[in-house]
Amino acid sequence: MSGLIDFYRAAMKQAILVQFQYRAANYFYMIGMISEPIIYLVVWSVVAAAQGGTVGGYDAGAFAAYYIVWTLVRNMNIVFTPYGWEQRIRTGELSAVLLRPLHPLHYDIAFFAGWKVVVILFWLPIAAVLAWLFRPTLAPTWLEIAVFAVAIWGAFLIRMMFLWLLGLISFWTTRVAAIYELFFAFELFLSGRIAPLALFPEWARTLADWLPFRWTFGFPIEALIGQLSVAGLIGGLAMQAFWILLGLGLVLLVWRRAVQRYTAVGG
Amino acid sequence: MELMRLIAIFARVGILNEMQYRVNFFFQMLESAIGLATGLIGLGLVFQHTTVLAGWQPAELLVVMGIYVLMSGIVQAVIQPNMLRLAQDVLEGKLDYALTKPVDSQLLVSIREWQAWRFTNVVLGLLVVGWALVSLQASVSLGQIVLFILMLGCGVVALYSFWLILATTSFWVIQIESLINLFEGIFAAGRWPTSIYPGWLRVLLTFLVPVAFAVTVPAEALTARLNSSTLALAVGVSFTFFLLARLLWRWGVRRYSGASA
Repeated sequence: MSGLIDFYRAAMKQAILVQFQYRAANYFYMIGMISEPIIYLVVWSVVAAAQGGTVGGYDAGAFAAYYIVWTLVRNMNIVFTPYGWEQRIRTGELSAVLLRPLHPLHYDIAFFAGWKVVVILFWLPIAAVLAWLFRPTLAPTWLEIAVFAVAIWGAFLIRMMFLWLLGLISFWTTRVAAIYELFFAFELFLSGRIAPLALFPEWARTLADWLPFRWTFGFPIEALIGQLSVAGLIGGLAMQAFWILLGLGLVLLVWRRAVQRYTAVGG
Repeated sequence: MELMRLIAIFARVGILNEMQYRVNFFFQMLESAIGLATGLIGLGLVFQHTTVLAGWQPAELLVVMGIYVLMSGIVQAVIQPNMLRLAQDVLEGKLDYALTKPVDSQLLVSIREWQAWRFTNVVLGLLVVGWALVSLQASVSLGQIVLFILMLGCGVVALYSFWLILATTSFWVIQIESLINLFEGIFAAGRWPTSIYPGWLRVLLTFLVPVAFAVTVPAEALTARLNSSTLALAVGVSFTFFLLARLLWRWGVRRYSGASA
């Protein structure tokens, strides 16, 4: 166990040092990502203004808060892409990974977790500029801040598990793009990425409660901007824990099958 | 004339190449359908809460969306693949092969790749536009259609020039992943008419990046909103962007010094 902790500490530190070297690349990427929430923010602000100021309980300031926090949660959501598995398998890169003593999941989690530390630091100035431009109303309590600080890492882990699971499909077929696109389309709506879930019809919200997406996106945002009760905050963390464990169980199960199918030439 | 012939030859070879992979057509159809459904649901969600968005009726926004799908088809089929290959070639030092050919280098690097199946989105986009016009019961005059095609042309030139400017930066910094991310992020603004954006953003989307402009203006032509000053602006902006892209390309090539390909 202490060996594992040492591994995580070393791997995360390495990722942090590497990503700090690519400051420009990281910033370029983060800035490219900003236009998406700004578009949503503008559209919903226009709708709110047309409806006399608020829609679904959100006014312009609340929408601004939602979509500015969105930018951090979106960054936390970025994990190893399922499209990357094809290359790992095709180039034989995976063979080297399999020879290492730890489960490959550890390497991905540690690398991306280290990267996230850099991302959070780089995000702060971006958030300041966005706040200056769009004037969010944000007044979190200490409990909300604490829950948010945990929930963004919970979101990261849930998404890590489920995108790994998707990626593992590549062991069986390489025609995966359509499956992934379908997954991402569901995620777009049922996570709260395109709009706060409060704007969706009742049945869609109920559906979202029973799927993992909401807990990777909408939940952390709502936690910080004060949309949730204390019970909602604690219950949300419990749901995150549930989905992490379920995802982990599935990954371990499918991984064992996947590796049995894997054969490499060279590598 | 020579120019047209060259483009036609490259297009033919590229399309023949893609035709070998027929199953890809169905996967492209599936992907396009998912993309369209996503857009429609998003639009539906907005109009659950309001009846008009900044003066645009639901069916009129469908026109905007159709043109967006159409434009993204053109971008993904020809513009983006060529620009990405350009950036990749600079990275690998292979651009020398294109530069030493006896034709204009900018032309050559812009027509080498054709991802024919991506044109599915062009057809799909046109269908959406047609559907929207029917449900609007709009009588579109011949003049409007001519204007629409002209404005589409300006839009394509503007998008191409913008992508070329992005890709030409590869002579100084290599950021292939970020280039796609940046272009797609900004282009997504075109899903909505530029009039919904606050003033400073609208200026940015028109003059600094002509991207949203490339979708909104053709839509204005079809929904009888286009006035002569916007028309002149569209022609002017796309021409200026083309000129800028050309100058930057020349400068970049002069600065480029191979890498032992």
